Amino acid sequence: MIEILQNLSAGFATALSPDVLVYAFAGCLVGTLVGVLPGVGPLAGISLLLPVTFGLNATSAIVLLSGIYYGAMYGGSTTSILMRIPGEAASVMTCIDGYAMTQKGRGGAALAIAAVGSFVAGTLSIVGLMLLAPPLAEFALRFGPPEQFALLTLGLLVLAYMSSGPMTRSLTMAALGLLLGMVGMDTMTGLFRFDYGLAELGDGIGIVPVAVGLFGISEILLSAGQAIKSDVRSPRLRELLPNRQEWRESAAPIGRGTVLGFLIGILPGPGHIISSFVSYSVERRLSKHPERFGLGAVEGVAGPESANNSATSGALVPMLALGLPSGAVPAIMLAAMMIHGIAPGPLLIQEQPALFWGVIASMYVGNVVLLVLNLPLVGLFVNILRVPYSYLYPSLLAFATLGVYAVNNSVVDVWIMGGAGVVGYVLRKLDFEIAPIILGLVLAPMLELSFRQSLAMSAGSYGIFLTHPISAGMLLVAFVLLLLGMRSIFARAAEPGAFASLAPSAGPEQEGKS
Amino acid sequence: VRSLTIDQVAGGFFTAFSLLVLWEGRKIPFGFLAEPGPGAMPTLLACTLLICSLALIAGGRAGKRAAAIQWTEWRHAVFILGTCAFMALALERLGYRLTIFVALLVLVTILEKKSWIAGAIFAGCFSFGTHYLFNSLLQVPLPQGPFGL
Repeated sequence: MIEILQNLSAGFATALSPDVLVYAFAGCLVGTLVGVLPGVGPLAGISLLLPVTFGLNATSAIVLLSGIYYGAMYGGSTTSILMRIPGEAASVMTCIDGYAMTQKGRGGAALAIAAVGSFVAGTLSIVGLMLLAPPLAEFALRFGPPEQFALLTLGLLVLAYMSSGPMTRSLTMAALGLLLGMVGMDTMTGLFRFDYGLAELGDGIGIVPVAVGLFGISEILLSAGQAIKSDVRSPRLRELLPNRQEWRESAAPIGRGTVLGFLIGILPGPGHIISSFVSYSVERRLSKHPERFGLGAVEGVAGPESANNSATSGALVPMLALGLPSGAVPAIMLAAMMIHGIAPGPLLIQEQPALFWGVIASMYVGNVVLLVLNLPLVGLFVNILRVPYSYLYPSLLAFATLGVYAVNNSVVDVWIMGGAGVVGYVLRKLDFEIAPIILGLVLAPMLELSFRQSLAMSAGSYGIFLTHPISAGMLLVAFVLLLLGMRSIFARAAEPGAFASLAPSAGPEQEGKS
Repeated sequence: VRSLTIDQVAGGFFTAFSLLVLWEGRKIPFGFLAEPGPGAMPTLLACTLLICSLALIAGGRAGKRAAAIQWTEWRHAVFILGTCAFMALALERLGYRLTIFVALLVLVTILEKKSWIAGAIFAGCFSFGTHYLFNSLLQVPLPQGPFGL
């Protein structure tokens, strides 16, 4: 414990240095704006702003990106409560009771509860991150290649299992991402694969152009041409104070949301979204008056808002301790670390203590900054929605191009970004979840290396994955998840009418009749 | 074709893609199962993708029809992608400032139907402003075009 406190004080020395403090502040501010703007969620925001970090050192870069990540969670609640426009997906549940409170004239109180809940959850979950990540990383130091392979396989399968759609869809996306990760030089033999003579593909397909294309460009393509409601109304400062009953009713949901969010955030998958949904349903179930939900129950704001903020810190646990991103946002942050020459993995905390503890401390500072920023400046943030989208998306497009080009000074990356944008656009239109692609792309080299190293260790025996207890345990869990996923696939295929489309007369007309 | 579901269409596409990868991967040494070479993992992954794609086709027979998807924003999307392609082609020929200026001007005035003056002011401020921020302040090298632009 004393060691943790010593490390933390060193972290605060880093986090409170003027330059890091500026980036923490900038990250929180930009993150809040990203969260406020509908359609530009934390994923697209971080993808598009990743290039800004290229000129910075690793600590400042991760501090900035973390600030954007949890800042977006704060910002997302503002438009949800005041205008029923979720700035990002995790704020959908806040819309229900938050907007109902606004209609009753309690919008200011809802904003204050959301901000305080987010602050409490954010701060407590950082304590969790701080206490959990170092021992987890120490435990992971026992991992050899078989355990690493099993962990990566398990991570991908849990993500596929936790995804919103059928497991086959997520697995297809993960396999596609892993295949993209096979492009470029084989690290063990030096042989080039699928590079088609393009020198730029020798190092593989870059994570940045794919991430910016899949998330940023596809978002621009989907939302361009759509009018965004800009009926802006912001509460006055004196309306921001909740009454005693609202405070009392919010305390327990904030506590429960914090714990739920942190635990769900650790698991692979869109933890910040799932946790807000779970928290809302838990609060509704536990409430003595569930009929109030949907009509302006303050618990419906406090729980989900705390949960989604807590989940952001939870998501950083496997990323910082194991080098295993639990979702698309941590995957992009991992890519940013690699761009800055930081090798992710269990050794990160030992080898880069200034980075790890600096980021932890900056998150404490960031949460205070967000609380101070959000409530008094709520009116200003809401006014961001007055910026016409016809000027906003061309700026985002130009900014994405600039950033992607700046990584390697290569126009091939700009083409890859465009291609990934088209793929992301089509897949999102088809309701496919694209996060597993980026996760597959990030994990592919590690997965292949650990697989081949394991077999080299065992002189070609696949039994090595089962004779190592940790690896065997993780692969068993992965296998069970696969079986559970397959059960739902077979159930889907066996549904009545599943084979209707094979019938000669089947088609839109037939469908219309039924 | 109109009666196919989304999963069937996507599954068909991914099946074709995985077969293409398997075909292209045959040139890379596979090694042996006990001692995998550089071609082993791509082949295994392509097989995984193939199996997932076939499962997608088999399991998606009762899903939403592909024909039911609305592509209302396709004109905007094609125009934006065209602008992206222009930026990729022009960036190292015309330089950063000129390329971004033209791209933004075209998007704002032609696609979004804003006035030429507003478009030119916006495009000029953005292209020159970001060039100054990144190239001069953050020392990120950006391509220069004719006349040092």
